[in-house]
Amino acid sequence: MALLEVRDLRVVFQRKGEVPFTAVDGVDFDVEPGQTVGLVGESGCGKSVTAMSIMGLLPKRGNKVTGSAKFEDTELLTLSDRQMRDRRGRDLAMVFQDPLSSLNPVIPIGLQVTEVLERHRDMSRRKAMVEAADLLDRVGIPDPRRRLDEYPHQLSGGMRQRALIAIALACQPRLLIADEPTTALDVTIQAQILALLAELVRDSGTALIMITHDLGVVAGLCDEVNVLYGGRVVERGGRHDLFQVPRHPYTYGLLQSIPRLDAPKGERLSPIRGSVQDNIPWTSGCAFAPRCPNATDTCVEVTPEMVPDGAGSVRGERLLRCHNPVAQEVPA
Amino acid sequence: MSTKSKIDALAATAGKIGDDPGVSVAAAAWRRLRRNPVFLTGAVIITAFIVLAILAPFIAPHDPTDPMLGDQVVKARNQIPESQEGHPLGGDQVGRDLLSRLLVGSQQTLLVGVLATLIGLTGGLILGTLAGALGGWVDSLVMRAVDVMLSIPGLLLAVSIGALFAQPNIYTLIVAVATVQIPIFARLLRGSMLAQRHSDHVLAARALGVKQRAIVFRHMLPNSLGPVIVQSTLVLAISIIEAAGLSFLGLGNPDDRIPEWGQMLGRAQNVIDSHPQLAFWPAGCIIVVALGFTLMGESLREALDPKSRR
Repeated sequence: MALLEVRDLRVVFQRKGEVPFTAVDGVDFDVEPGQTVGLVGESGCGKSVTAMSIMGLLPKRGNKVTGSAKFEDTELLTLSDRQMRDRRGRDLAMVFQDPLSSLNPVIPIGLQVTEVLERHRDMSRRKAMVEAADLLDRVGIPDPRRRLDEYPHQLSGGMRQRALIAIALACQPRLLIADEPTTALDVTIQAQILALLAELVRDSGTALIMITHDLGVVAGLCDEVNVLYGGRVVERGGRHDLFQVPRHPYTYGLLQSIPRLDAPKGERLSPIRGSVQDNIPWTSGCAFAPRCPNATDTCVEVTPEMVPDGAGSVRGERLLRCHNPVAQEVPA
Repeated sequence: MSTKSKIDALAATAGKIGDDPGVSVAAAAWRRLRRNPVFLTGAVIITAFIVLAILAPFIAPHDPTDPMLGDQVVKARNQIPESQEGHPLGGDQVGRDLLSRLLVGSQQTLLVGVLATLIGLTGGLILGTLAGALGGWVDSLVMRAVDVMLSIPGLLLAVSIGALFAQPNIYTLIVAVATVQIPIFARLLRGSMLAQRHSDHVLAARALGVKQRAIVFRHMLPNSLGPVIVQSTLVLAISIIEAAGLSFLGLGNPDDRIPEWGQMLGRAQNVIDSHPQLAFWPAGCIIVVALGFTLMGESLREALDPKSRR
């Protein structure tokens, strides 16, 4: 049985007197225990909102969340605030994008680690401090005992993100959601943090939802990848299948727009034309149609359904939401 | 000096940075303040007046309530004791030693400033925390009440509150001055709490299931206090001036045996053209103390404000 089952998740932001905005428009995906699942897409495609609604962190007013997010046997979307609060940090945890602003600037690191231990594992401050030093050590922070007394601004960016990962994993949650955890870090540190995340989730058997726009991150880390566009999953597959044979023109475009070291000198990048704002609602066709090179009349008239797709698939299932999928392979 | 030795010298000083353990925001601000001449000037002024106020009963040359120069006062001819041996500033309208009255008067003035600020701060903290932490209808209710209070000019509000008491004394004065400050503190704190509420670290704390109470008191409140602390040093100056104003208008202690600068100033207005020293000294003291608190407050604001750090 899946650890997390998201079905037809919809988030609509509505303010009085304004046109409602559908940020997430019927997302389905599963996360198996210990599995690493990627949610990929450019800014504004609903990745973070999906994560926030699963965690119950969206503001109480101004939005409507429907559908289902089942964690083990519990429906997360209908839990009371109190029940959800007891689960957050213990069963499911989250790591955010900017490690500096995600730490409380006026409290030493140590207290921020022990806070969650005291909250969910009923530890005394003294015992929690010992555990905290151990946790910081495990995420590769040198001299953890000294770091416990330091403030966030005294740590480097990479160390802050390590500390946040330590805090998120302190209570051994079964699901960790990482929302672009490496975006604010420089490239060498990114690689270290990703390696650390991969190692920690492997060792502890924690399932990981990796939210990113960086396909390199996905390629290195995820077992299964969901590509989101306009608030819906447009393509799903194992990472090897997806990268070898991208079927959705959006996935294909994303892969094509990555600069390659082995490309001929002077060759131009091939971006996806238009921007995320140029989409049409899913109800009247395919949201990607205005930007799609393969678009036909059908694409703006009939909403594509999510259907199994056999092409190029060697391992595992493959799902696709497209009338005119890409046929050719990406040159290796 | 060659470039190389310059670099070496620079590197030698740079080596010390970052070696110190745990520097909190407060400690870092203090380090900047210690070398700020503006802050030091303010601090010296305030410390001097606090020491004077504490020692006043011992260093005052005479009893401030004793009209010892009364025989030199001739009401009809508007004669008031001038500066003389043993009484460097002369006497007041009933012949009491002016220097002694000024010294002892500092007690009352500082007491008013500190107590009024503390009461205003406490009230503002409670209301601001309620509004900022709970939001919703509590926020609306508190903020509308605050708006009403802020719509009345400060001194006018203080005068109306002071006039509510049948027998004005130093404490009714404090309450009147403090009440004016409560909405200012409340609005300030509520504003910075709201900014905190949507900050990333509060979101991160919520994502860890931290309880609401801990989020408010450990994550939101400490991060919102900076502007409130700065405001309170400025309010120390404001409340001393407002208290003096109320005393001047006759809403202070009617019994003038206990000296108080604002009251001394108020009594001096009838004789200000013939004996300006009676107004000059208490007014000067008020200005200097208020200036001291303002200098401290301004440099504290600069030290705590990340944007103006040099």
